[in-house]
Amino acid sequence: MTGYIIRRILWGVALLVIICAATFVLFRIFPTGNPAVLRAGRDPQPKEIAEIERVLGLNKPLIVQFWDYLKSVLLHFDFGYSYYSDESVRGLIGERLEATASLTIGAAVLWFIGGLGVGIVSALRRHSLLDRAAMGTALVLISAPEFWLGLIALFLFSSDIGRWKVFPGAGSYVPITSDPWKWFTSLIMPWFVLAAGGAAVYARLMRGSLIEVMGEDYIRTARAKGLEERRVTRQGVRASINPIVTLLALETGALLGGAVVVETVFNIPGVGLLAYQSITHSDFAVVQGTVLLAAMFIIVANIVVDIAYAYLDPRVRYS
Amino acid sequence: MSAAEPLLRVEELRVEFPGEDGVVHAVDGITYQVHAGRTLGIVGESGSGKTVASLTTLGLTRRQGANISGRISFEGQDLLALPEEQLRAIRGNEIAMIFQDPLSSLHPLYRVGAQLAEAVRAHRDTSRAQARSRAVELLGLVGIPDPARRAQEYPHEFSGGMRQRAMIAMALANDPKLLIADEPTTALDVTVQAQILALMERLQSELGMAIVIITHDLGVVAEMADEIAVMYAGRIVEMASAEAIFARPQHPYTWGLLRSIPTLTGPRAAELEAIPGSPPSLIRRPSGCHFHPRCAYAQPEHAVITPVLEPVPQEPGHQVACLLAAEERARLWSRLRAGNSAAQAQQAGPAGTGARG
Repeated sequence: MTGYIIRRILWGVALLVIICAATFVLFRIFPTGNPAVLRAGRDPQPKEIAEIERVLGLNKPLIVQFWDYLKSVLLHFDFGYSYYSDESVRGLIGERLEATASLTIGAAVLWFIGGLGVGIVSALRRHSLLDRAAMGTALVLISAPEFWLGLIALFLFSSDIGRWKVFPGAGSYVPITSDPWKWFTSLIMPWFVLAAGGAAVYARLMRGSLIEVMGEDYIRTARAKGLEERRVTRQGVRASINPIVTLLALETGALLGGAVVVETVFNIPGVGLLAYQSITHSDFAVVQGTVLLAAMFIIVANIVVDIAYAYLDPRVRYS
Repeated sequence: MSAAEPLLRVEELRVEFPGEDGVVHAVDGITYQVHAGRTLGIVGESGSGKTVASLTTLGLTRRQGANISGRISFEGQDLLALPEEQLRAIRGNEIAMIFQDPLSSLHPLYRVGAQLAEAVRAHRDTSRAQARSRAVELLGLVGIPDPARRAQEYPHEFSGGMRQRAMIAMALANDPKLLIADEPTTALDVTVQAQILALMERLQSELGMAIVIITHDLGVVAEMADEIAVMYAGRIVEMASAEAIFARPQHPYTWGLLRSIPTLTGPRAAELEAIPGSPPSLIRRPSGCHFHPRCAYAQPEHAVITPVLEPVPQEPGHQVACLLAAEERARLWSRLRAGNSAAQAQQAGPAGTGARG
């Protein structure tokens, strides 16, 4: 087991280097604009551009640039400096991490609990009105993109432009440390918007999984033992949750991708909004930092889920 | 045959499942009794309704939307009329059941000991620790070595025979008066089958419970059963003491079952014979005698007249639902037993000719 974990971590690091190289190359071979030109201001002289390129190291061969970058990332956890604002990428991401963590963790909890809860109720009351309504809603939410759902939510419920002025609207985010209540209310809509699609997928998966498990022989045994139906259901849920947990790691990517959109729509000063703004500014260094951070989270989530799986299912053993 | 009130009395039990393709007539008016401490064998091919009848006894077909009629009285209580909560108190407590595939019948994610302890605590007001030690005791009772360690293992760490032993241990958790064993040995190796049957016999003599053993294998019930009911397409076609079923079987279907068992002592000429065709659909059953399309001795009118269980002349306790005359059945069986094929047996001739040569 320990050997397995060590191997997984080493593979994770190797994967990160590959992702690093891929993004590095991608952003430099696509004609997104020369950062030196962007920095030089209006009507720059070629001499000025060359000077900026020299200072930023953009005139060195690509492989040397990559090597320098990789060294500073791996050895110093230093992602370089923004071409746009001159601030360190690590600092830029660091000060926005709290907002993104607030958004994604809250949404993930809502996603998991909402999805599983609705799925379980739907499975146990199969074909009821409740089940049909829940699965119909789920289908709508799966189909609705976050940016659309976010704008609709703002249009309907935000306290400034909303039809019903219920929740604080875009740009109302405050850190939890300054005002927990305002932090909470400002995140209610973003949480729901970010969680909606995933929760809907989970509700349908959980429903299917539980319906299948409730037809298993061991559920019949549980009933034949004379267990209360509540306990029988608990055994069913316990067994049906395993395949769903495996999907959690895959969903981390969807969650972080969704965070970019939701932070932009709701104007939450998080890493997602930073990534979006950096892309519009051709600010490679920052974009690369955010991509690496996201990749790191996805890889870690995958390892954690794989290890957790061995504890959830005694039949799974890694060697 | 004890004269006392039977432990379980099933009367005119009918179970139907409405489905998209039509109504499935799984059990079609069956009647049988099980006396305390005795063993009833219910024999039939898959799809003959034998499992559904037993699941219905425990109320486990209720939630599948089955239409159930008839009476199932257990110690004088009508189980079909009992509310779910009272039936639950009987399930796993006074009537326990074990199933065909012990691996899929045990929860894969819980330790075997915990699954046993749970069965104890479902009906007894005991502490966790007491239930655990009872679980270990039960595993020891069914012959699992080192039960304390085994209780800590998961079902996938048990062998097939061990799993079925564990299932039996679970069924015995609350000293049931009746154990229903649904194909308990079908999924097991032949050598393990014998061990499990011996175990059940030993436990029956030690604990005094009644057993209903459901199987497609007459060899299994030959060992264990006191009485045997043969089921075909949802009906009981023959019922008698085990001794009478093997010595003087009356129904052509029973003959087919008996002739498909290899014997070491029978005449060599008697080749193993399969029953032609396959069990009928329970949605659109053959008219008249359900067995007539597969019966070598069927007459045209057998497709019209529905046979009922009737006593066999001069054989108390032996009943058969067959439209052939009693003398004709006796003649056919004596010829079959002598090693003739169904076609040879049918050839006209005085009874007994060519037999017992």
